[in-house]
Amino acid sequence: MHELAITQSIVDAITDRVGDGRVRMVHLEIGALAGIVPDSVCFCFDLVSEGTGLAGAELEISRPKGRSRCRECGSEFEHEDPIAACRCGGVDLDVLSGRELRIVSVEVV
Amino acid sequence: MCRTCGCGEDEDVRVYEPTEAGHEHPRTREHEHGHEHPHSRHARTIELGVPVLAKNDELAARNRERLKEIGAFAVNLMSSPGSGKTTLLERTIRALDGARPVCVVEGDQETPLDAQRIRATGCRAVQINTGAGCHLDAVMFADALDRLGPPADALVLTENVGNLVCPALFDLGEQARAVIASVTEGADKPLKYPHMFQSADLLILNKIDLLPYVEFDVEQFAANARRVNPRVRIMHVSATRGDGLGAWTEWLLGRT
Repeated sequence: MHELAITQSIVDAITDRVGDGRVRMVHLEIGALAGIVPDSVCFCFDLVSEGTGLAGAELEISRPKGRSRCRECGSEFEHEDPIAACRCGGVDLDVLSGRELRIVSVEVV
Repeated sequence: MCRTCGCGEDEDVRVYEPTEAGHEHPRTREHEHGHEHPHSRHARTIELGVPVLAKNDELAARNRERLKEIGAFAVNLMSSPGSGKTTLLERTIRALDGARPVCVVEGDQETPLDAQRIRATGCRAVQINTGAGCHLDAVMFADALDRLGPPADALVLTENVGNLVCPALFDLGEQARAVIASVTEGADKPLKYPHMFQSADLLILNKIDLLPYVEFDVEQFAANARRVNPRVRIMHVSATRGDGLGAWTEWLLGRT
């Protein structure tokens, strides 16, 4: 359940920046290959944010797709699964996107 | 509450050197707090654009730098519980026989048992008990390094909490990651836990002395591991019998 630690990091990072400000919305980016379950983050968020300026804030989670370049044939392709193969059969991949785990912005009142 | 003295410390992470008789109150994690306090009544958007694990990653980079400065090399050993990490460490320390200074960081949710086993070999070790936590992080590793004070050229062998999911996400500041699997587990583990196996620099297949007694397809395991991490090096060892330890200790001695 690393989502609990991840969500704690999200709340800590935002609190460090906005202090006592009341946060109404949090925009996160969690890539499809990041190994993080967005639903679990939402579940943990209610627990972790309790008693902070983030309590009751809405979570907006963007989900960038995985995109890789095949090291064998050089072609780029999208995939949702962390275990992917190129059309040429190559599995040695250079992951270009999909591992994002970022706090994009917050809306403060 | 603490079972030894009722001090109520076990909600927090504890980093300590276990002693046979004594019990100490280790340091707990401090919360850093250095922020502004804006008090606007109007909604406004603040662009942050920060990685969620930025704080951990910054500290991990500092840990790595600190190790590099003294020529030390840290390996983060990760596996499911029961793969034989501690036995491998005990055997490794004996096999190295002082060829390079070794110190050990042991991570478990509870008990000083593993660090005690390592200290019984004469090696310096600290125990991190994560309490409810399922992985080590860069703050805990920094605390452990403070306690250990690794000597120049040391190997800092770090046994993460037995778990094939969460530890993969948290950089400690190690210079290499070794994932340990054992033949008593399924050969499909790399496919089931791809994030962990993808992050490995080295894969150690342990308990090969048990191969005659279990149904474990070594070739299939290697194929599965290379499906998620095509260039990973795989070593076969038996930590209890000593098979394959030469390649492993040679690898450790060659790390700078």
